[in-house]
Amino acid sequence: MSVEIIKAEHLTKYYGNFLAVNDISFSVNKGEIFGFLGPNGAGKTTTIRMLTGILNPSSGRIEVFGMDMKKHKIEIRERTGIVPEMANPYIDLSAMRNLRLMGRLYGMKGREIEKRSVELLKLFNLYEKKDTKVRGFSKGMKQRLSLAMAMLPDPELLFLDEPTSGLDVMSARLIKRIIREEQKKGKTIFMNTHNMQDANELCNRVAIINHGKLIAIDTPEKIKEIGAKSNVIEFSLSPFKFEGGIVEGRVEILGDKVKVYTAEVDETIKKIVNYAERENLKIVSLNVEKPSLEDVFMALVGEKNE
Amino acid sequence: MSKLSQFSRSLAIVKKDMLVFYLKGPVVLMGLLFPFFLFGAFLIGRDLSHAYLFVALLAMTVFFTSTAVGPAIIPWEARSKTFERLISSPVSITTVLFGDMQASFYFGLIITSFISLTAIFLGISLNLLIFIPVVILALLTFSAMTILMSSYPPTDIPADVMMLTSLVKFTLLFISGIFVPLEKLPEYARVISYFSPLTYLVDALRYSVSLHGYFPLSLDLILLSVFALGFFFSGVAVHKKVLEKRFT
Ligand SMILES: Nc1ncnc2c1ncn2[C@@H]1O[C@H](COP(=O)(O)OP(=O)(O)OP(=O)(O)O)[C@@H](O)[C@H]1O
Ligand SMILES: [Mg+2]
Repeated sequence: MSVEIIKAEHLTKYYGNFLAVNDISFSVNKGEIFGFLGPNGAGKTTTIRMLTGILNPSSGRIEVFGMDMKKHKIEIRERTGIVPEMANPYIDLSAMRNLRLMGRLYGMKGREIEKRSVELLKLFNLYEKKDTKVRGFSKGMKQRLSLAMAMLPDPELLFLDEPTSGLDVMSARLIKRIIREEQKKGKTIFMNTHNMQDANELCNRVAIINHGKLIAIDTPEKIKEIGAKSNVIEFSLSPFKFEGGIVEGRVEILGDKVKVYTAEVDETIKKIVNYAERENLKIVSLNVEKPSLEDVFMALVGEKNE
Repeated sequence: MSKLSQFSRSLAIVKKDMLVFYLKGPVVLMGLLFPFFLFGAFLIGRDLSHAYLFVALLAMTVFFTSTAVGPAIIPWEARSKTFERLISSPVSITTVLFGDMQASFYFGLIITSFISLTAIFLGISLNLLIFIPVVILALLTFSAMTILMSSYPPTDIPADVMMLTSLVKFTLLFISGIFVPLEKLPEYARVISYFSPLTYLVDALRYSVSLHGYFPLSLDLILLSVFALGFFFSGVAVHKKVLEKRFT
């Protein structure tokens, strides 16, 4: 029996006349990594701000830990860690002082704060810099500190708004590894992202949101099945030359590679081979793949979004 | 959530404000240097009693020091993207603003305490039983005023707020009976001065140095308290109302 940690019912948010989030409902279970996926401006941050009680929804209801957000905001937050989208630690304070501030805001005891801070600074590879002002930190270091600040009170629930966006591979990996470890400890994680790969690797379930509307919600595998009828045939010809008209289905040309989305694998490959023979081109590579989460995502949200 | 734990969390905010804002350039300029330039300018070419001078100096010190830190805090936090993190922790907006108000208060208190020592050099006999409560109450009032000042417009440009608040501050300075005592003001100017909380500080301070006040001391104290509560709670209300606009 799964326990619902977050329950959102008919959440709607207007900014003035602008409808940013349009009647979305979903729930997140205990121990889950739940990915909230969508293009820029889809309403991800707005949703997370409502779920964390920073913004009041225009209508709809939010329950976290079985408590109504309207009535129990502070109690809910005591058990929640939050990394806002542009979460900057205080640049005039050291890493350690930033952590201490968070600890105090969560009502932790001094000794507990010190112990946990050192633990987290080590975990996030920031221990050497603990007394350095954050002003001199790189983006990745700031983001790691930010996550450490959210994790300081050892919350049961973490809200992360694009935790790996704009980070180098090392920092992103470290953060992803820590997110997984938190899950293993039984924590629930709600994360916004537009990185398909992260969503695919990390999330137990993802919701796809576009123009404020929820358009799919399921496990990454199930979501991929939405597009399973179609396959992706990716190939490259040398010297590069290709006329879209010769195959059926959606065609994308990426550099010297061509991607064809089609249900007819056999027929399409034969056409490509014929074309290559006819035009005297060498087939450099040819792969048939199931659609990735990104492919399905693109198919779902359309390509009007940049 | 208990009031007590919110209070102790507001102290964490005070500490943060002290570490981050007390030594910022504009704060030092507006809070420390400015009142003394102004006081100097006020002195030149006048022959005034020590008691009278002391009242003017203290009123300006209380007023400028307690309003130096506050106005820019929230806009600065919004700009440097620390605001969202702060209000997403388990504290209410009221707690955050109460912390900011205390930070203004302590800044004012520390500097005013030092400046009060001039009473010794000026050979003034100060009635501390009046002086201390009046100064503390006024520091609270003006600290609370900064909460209202920083609430609107919901900008994230500290310089804009600083400019607007300077405008307000100077206006208040000239209508509050510091430079010209209330009884010597023309009727219409006196009526305007009733709207400035600074008027009641100046008036109350006179009692502490055995000068006559224009209003009864008790009325000064009551009005300062009313201003303090009015400023703080209206400031909190406006901050809550415009909160959304700070996240664009
Ligand atoms: N405070 C605000 N006032 C007015 N409009 C806003 C405000 N915040 C967001 N919006 C608008 O609401 C829409 C959703 O914004 P939101 O920040 O939730 O998107 P997002 O999915 O997080 O996008 P991104 O991937 O760029 O972070 C956007 O069109 C945005 O312009
Ligand atoms: Mg966002």
